[in-house]
Amino acid sequence: MAFSRRKFLLGTGVIGGGLVLGLSLRDNSVPYPAAIEGSFNPNAWLQITEDGQFVFQLHKTEMGQGVIGSLPAILCEELDLDPQRLTIQHAGIHPDFADPSTGGQMTGGSTSVKASYDILRDVGAAARAMLIAAAANRWQQNADDCTTDNGVVIDANGTQRLSYTELANDAKSYLDTPYVLKAAKDFRYIGKAETRPDALQKSTGTAQFGVDIDLPNLKTAVVVRCPHFGGTIASWDASSIDSLPGIIAVKEIHSGIAIVADTYWQARKAAGQLVISWDKGPMADMDSAKIKQQQRDLIANEKPRVMMEEGDTSAVWDSAATIIEADYSVPFTHHSPMEPQNATAIATERDGEMTMEMWIPSQSPDLSRAVAAHFTSLTAPQITVHTTLMGGGFGRRGYPDFAGEAAAIAEQLPSVAVKLLWSREDDMQHDYYRASSEHRLKAALDEDGQLIAWDHTLVASSIIKTMAVFMAANLLPDWVPASVAESMGKSAGGLIANYDPIPCEGAKIPYQAPNITVGHLEYDSGVPTGFWRSVGFSYNIFVVESFIDELAHKASADPLAFRQRYLDKDSQWRSVLDLAAEKANWGQSQPGIFQGIAVSEPFSSFCAMVVDVSIDPDGKNYTIEKVVAAVDCGIVIDPDVIEAQMEGGIIYALSAAVKAPVSFKDGATVESNFHDLPVIRMNEIPKRIEVYTIKSDNSPTGIGEIGVPALAPALANALFAATGQRLRDLPLRLT
Amino acid sequence: MTSFILNGENISVDAEPDTPILWVLRDHLNKTGTKFGCGAGLCGACTVLLDGQATRSCLLPLATAAGKRIDTIEGLGGDHVVQQAWVENNVPQCGYCQSGQIMSTVALLATNPSPSEDEIKTALAGNICRCGTYPRILKAVKQAASSSFYDASQSPDGSAS
Ligand code: FES
Ligand code: FES
Repeated sequence: MAFSRRKFLLGTGVIGGGLVLGLSLRDNSVPYPAAIEGSFNPNAWLQITEDGQFVFQLHKTEMGQGVIGSLPAILCEELDLDPQRLTIQHAGIHPDFADPSTGGQMTGGSTSVKASYDILRDVGAAARAMLIAAAANRWQQNADDCTTDNGVVIDANGTQRLSYTELANDAKSYLDTPYVLKAAKDFRYIGKAETRPDALQKSTGTAQFGVDIDLPNLKTAVVVRCPHFGGTIASWDASSIDSLPGIIAVKEIHSGIAIVADTYWQARKAAGQLVISWDKGPMADMDSAKIKQQQRDLIANEKPRVMMEEGDTSAVWDSAATIIEADYSVPFTHHSPMEPQNATAIATERDGEMTMEMWIPSQSPDLSRAVAAHFTSLTAPQITVHTTLMGGGFGRRGYPDFAGEAAAIAEQLPSVAVKLLWSREDDMQHDYYRASSEHRLKAALDEDGQLIAWDHTLVASSIIKTMAVFMAANLLPDWVPASVAESMGKSAGGLIANYDPIPCEGAKIPYQAPNITVGHLEYDSGVPTGFWRSVGFSYNIFVVESFIDELAHKASADPLAFRQRYLDKDSQWRSVLDLAAEKANWGQSQPGIFQGIAVSEPFSSFCAMVVDVSIDPDGKNYTIEKVVAAVDCGIVIDPDVIEAQMEGGIIYALSAAVKAPVSFKDGATVESNFHDLPVIRMNEIPKRIEVYTIKSDNSPTGIGEIGVPALAPALANALFAATGQRLRDLPLRLT
Repeated sequence: MTSFILNGENISVDAEPDTPILWVLRDHLNKTGTKFGCGAGLCGACTVLLDGQATRSCLLPLATAAGKRIDTIEGLGGDHVVQQAWVENNVPQCGYCQSGQIMSTVALLATNPSPSEDEIKTALAGNICRCGTYPRILKAVKQAASSSFYDASQSPDGSAS
């Protein structure tokens, strides 16, 4: 396959003395971030300098999921350069880095590899073709006869060699060179397990996270926020803390009272002594029980919006041999990445104009900049954002509320570098939680135990609605005042929310039944909710895969065979299901070991799991003997990353499946730290986790969230097999 | 001024005596390898060695550390056998918890150079990893323990080279 690079490289421009090609179809006038003067900068990702540096701009943010290795490997495959030779930098904001589907530079939805695979191959191959053309010209040979090997062009006779760095300057003259993509069989970096580029730094304490940013004379800020959602400050008095050691300033910002001190400890201690009272606001009498009741009332009384309809379920109920009904529920849960939220900012005033530089551990640098602009008098172009490594994200760092706070504080203290740092309590009590959901299921079997009807109504809140306020701030032009952007965002959220499909992710069952209805009732408790690793799949797969298990038992069928019956033999659903079952020796477990199975399709990847449990003599506690996962995520970029993400996803999912949920009282979060929101620890992990990957030639899909959804239902199904207790509510508790 | 021994060096710090060592390290001494995760002794991200014992530095006041020996991730030198095992097993994901995990491991292996799986799990139960790198931590600890560095003949505090 030969593509003209013109397909992608549309414009050129001279920036900072170096030649820069505009890759963008939208805005090729924007300079590439961090361009090194004089370097060969054939696209927004890559720069080759004549002194031998290969600099890669990582346009997705590294939060543990491994894009820092996977994305460079894709480009390097086509460029023909050992990825270990790259210098990798978190990219600044640039239109070329935006995901065409969202218009933003967000990292999430397991999309990084999926959305970047083609483009990174193209730009890598195009750059290689330019370098070959430059070498061929020097040698006066035909470019087609030259080859490359790890950063070197080799001539037709195999005798002359020129390194990419030697050719960097010449290559700028060969912009129109057509290129050919490699055949998958020739891949040398894609598909290979590599040492993570950040493994050493992260094992020596030298990796720099957001919390580690240091600037001259840096101060630390903490914010005292109203614990009640939607509440406001009634009164405050800083006179008792003004003169405490190290206190620099106490300022009111949009989210509370900011206390700025020389060190975190000084600021945190002062925060504890601040005199402040709250107006609890409109949600003061909201609590967990009320939310649950309201959701149940909705299910009982309201007509859902139909999200999936096949046949006519209502025509079946009266005549079916067996009807099965069940209610399921999934509670609020927290993200709790290990690094508490933070952001660093410095505002500088020069000739009456304010600019700001920020260091933000955020999944969305452009959204962060927009939010910073929104809460200050600055416009986005006046704000420069540097993305740092992140101590976990899991969806939480897609909401850049902390960036808005840091910017608002820094604006009030020009020329002072301020690091805003949240406590763990702040993080757990001001999360954008995974929303709770309630589910009503009904199915019909005929006399032969065949599934003839499936009906699922779910109550869950819209994700986009919360996000819309931020998104409006990001997408609207700078001249739109913040207040207008906010109200536009809110109403846009209202409009979009009617069509927000995210809460129904995973509810569209793959099982081929003649009559299927899936309905959604939107509900907003007022509690901030958002993306949580695997989002809608995280609750719907639990419900769907548990209920299908109920049906199998009702039909006296083997749960694996029952699922297989309704899945296309050649489908990816079947291939992962069958592989997991085979590797787990489904149906042949040792005495005392009980198995549960589940299958899922999160974000276009496929994942099936078998969980083996044994029950302790007390009948209440149990041991997870083994989790076997089979995954199909298309072409594997790095098998080690796949395994790590699956292991991590399973353990993350296990915390949410078995540990205490988040609860609310007086419109505020009750829990505050890892003592009352415990998570899985080393001594609680499954005894074994095995990951198997389907060999595939399909374009790669994602892996970061793929291990999460199937765990809870596979575990619940295993516990049913062991005890006969059908656990329909998370967290799973045997009685 | 309060003095203690940080990674073998005498250090004097001018900070309020109740300042936790975590913040002394991070904010006063710019040693940021030790991480803040919970501030309440619950997560282990801030683990350092106090006279060789794994200790949560977020709960350790400067006054208590006076005159004592504190060892942090920076003091391991970067090629410590535990760190090597971490890199070889690609343990870190986000990496934020790993300084604490490594310091807890160093403390464990210093007193118990060939721990059983259960002993490893118990010793590291105070260190949360939200990324779920536990299976790899387990592998890496076993690998480090099996290296000649932790041979029974070596000094029990793990400081032999
Ligand atoms: S920060 Fe010290 S134990 Fe969590
Ligand atoms: S590697 Fe991310 S918290 Fe442990």
